[in-house]
Amino acid sequence: MKPFTQHTGLVAPLDRANVDTDAIIPKQFLKSIKRAGFGPNAFDEWRYLDRGEPGQDCSTRPLNPDFVLNQPRYQGASILLARENFGCGSSREHAPWALEDFGFRAIIAPSFADIFYNNCFKNGLLPIVLPAETVDRLFRETAAAEGYRLAVDLAAQTVTTPAGESFAFQVDAERKHRLMNGLDDIGITLTHVDTIRAYEDRRRRETPWLFQ
Amino acid sequence: MKPRTLYDKLWDAHVVHVEPDGTALLYIDRHLVHEVTSPQAFDGLRLAGRQPWRTTSVLAVPDHNVPTTDRDRGIADPVSRLQVETLDANCKEFRLTEFRMDDPRQGIVHVIGPEQGFTQPGMTLVCGDSHTSTHGAFGALAFGIGTSEVEHVLATQCLWQKKSKTMLVKVEGELGRGVTAKDIVLAIIGRIGTAGGTGYAIEFGGSAIRALSMEGRMTVCNMAIEAGARAGMVAVDEKTVAYLRGRPGAPVGAMWDQAADYWRTMVTDPGAQFDAVVELDAAAIMPQVTWGTSPEMVVPVSGRVPDPAEAPSAVKQGDWERALQYMGLAAHTPINEIGVDKVFIGSCTNSRIEDLREAAAVAQWGLQHGRKVAANVRLAMVVPGSGLVKAQAEAEGLDRVFREAGFEWRDPGCSMCLAMNADRLEPGERCASTSNRNFEGRQGQGGRTHLVSPAMAAAAAMFGHFVDVRSLS
Repeated sequence: MKPFTQHTGLVAPLDRANVDTDAIIPKQFLKSIKRAGFGPNAFDEWRYLDRGEPGQDCSTRPLNPDFVLNQPRYQGASILLARENFGCGSSREHAPWALEDFGFRAIIAPSFADIFYNNCFKNGLLPIVLPAETVDRLFRETAAAEGYRLAVDLAAQTVTTPAGESFAFQVDAERKHRLMNGLDDIGITLTHVDTIRAYEDRRRRETPWLFQ
Repeated sequence: MKPRTLYDKLWDAHVVHVEPDGTALLYIDRHLVHEVTSPQAFDGLRLAGRQPWRTTSVLAVPDHNVPTTDRDRGIADPVSRLQVETLDANCKEFRLTEFRMDDPRQGIVHVIGPEQGFTQPGMTLVCGDSHTSTHGAFGALAFGIGTSEVEHVLATQCLWQKKSKTMLVKVEGELGRGVTAKDIVLAIIGRIGTAGGTGYAIEFGGSAIRALSMEGRMTVCNMAIEAGARAGMVAVDEKTVAYLRGRPGAPVGAMWDQAADYWRTMVTDPGAQFDAVVELDAAAIMPQVTWGTSPEMVVPVSGRVPDPAEAPSAVKQGDWERALQYMGLAAHTPINEIGVDKVFIGSCTNSRIEDLREAAAVAQWGLQHGRKVAANVRLAMVVPGSGLVKAQAEAEGLDRVFREAGFEWRDPGCSMCLAMNADRLEPGERCASTSNRNFEGRQGQGGRTHLVSPAMAAAAAMFGHFVDVRSLS
């Protein structure tokens, strides 16, 4: 996994609540058996005017000029500003894969759906929870200033505006450690093999029907 | 000992190791696998040269991509076919039990787990699918995971988790006639919102939940995720134990007694504290219909499409306006004047035998009153949750009722809940659906979904628009 330490990037605003993972990556693209290449289909139904199908050349498809990520001023954005309950719905990890492949490194929202939030950390994508009022303000500032950029510092747990104002955010110590170092969860877990075996032996005695 | 909630007990029993910040390594007893969220996980195992930790903990089934007609001809779409074949190949390579597409036990992963007795009380159970919360109906800790975690469970039998907060949703009293488990859970989501349960594990309790069958409890827990909670659960009682007796995966003999004794402890202790409590009066719940593009956008069938001007916040006002535009609805439209183009009865929410009986009863009522599927309804389809549900329904003659009334009787799978196979809505089509999500494009790009109970869906099919199922007598 790609480590995340600090990142400064262009901010794109997606001003709607409850953005679900069906919207982030529609179901027809989940038929892929690969882990890469979902970026061109991120937000497919909002982003293009035609019907999206797997295997299309997306570079020739008609873009929806009204969709915020198609606007010239947000090209190259790497920080997504969103509203509450971002990533709700399906557990599809294709959603963070698509956002990461699109070029996002961090998402800022007042709240995230639990499964999506968790999936982000497995893919080097940092979900940042800030109070709704702060997010509101960032939406206003992003709209007011073309080229608006934020600086994210995971070690310091801060988001800093161009004016130099910093907002602190919370993140679990263990998640932070693993993301900053790009650590593989399975590798860490396998350092606990003996503990897992011991647990399993005890449970096998206490609840043998679970191991039939 | 301090009184504990059901969730506390499930959690405590599965902690293998805890990091200083409270992140725990949790042991996973059972792992359901389907074709959509697993291929990359198996690739990961191969790349690292790893083997599944405990093959008997896994049950795999293709459900999302499978066709619901002409199954003997295979899958027409080559991309869907490759995904199902990839699951077959992975299960063979890693020696995992799989019910293939032509197996009579094949079905939706959340229907076959309980049906096979693979799901049991006191377990941790995961699947790369958010509706894994369904299995919590058995007093189990069951939740959806992403593909990285699917690989993690395959490789280590464990997951890293932070303990959730606990919420008790208590539904007391008696449901009115024609009001079902689906209406309860839609009413709960309408009350607490789609993010109301975020960060929580929800226990559903109260006399109305205890009165539900296991099927009904599964419907309620299934949609816990639509309230934002990864896990929903119901305490074990004698219905739970009776449901499991004789199932293929259930223990037998002395081990059955030992297991059943343990299962009966899977209840919240008197006096245990929840972080949040929500109470609903069962008698006040009416048949529900969603009007928008989020399950929280829901009203009773007797209600009207709300006016965005009356939304509680500016953000919500924008969401409601967008939803009405997408749904092609005007504010203040009475729900029972909304016509439907298609009807879908199925999905992991509502495709079990009891659901089909409820829908068939309405179809039967229609036949007795000279009604069949209305002329304006292009397609009304019934998709059983599994091959065994289908066989049971046919043994009871439900298929004949549906067919005679003008419904199509299909083969089991996820079907038009998410339209990964050929079953989908065309742009602008409106559907009465017993599934769980009314998101934009969920049932097909541009499709408009209204979530309802099986009885309400069948009634909408017979009348061509929403009607209060309680008015049929």
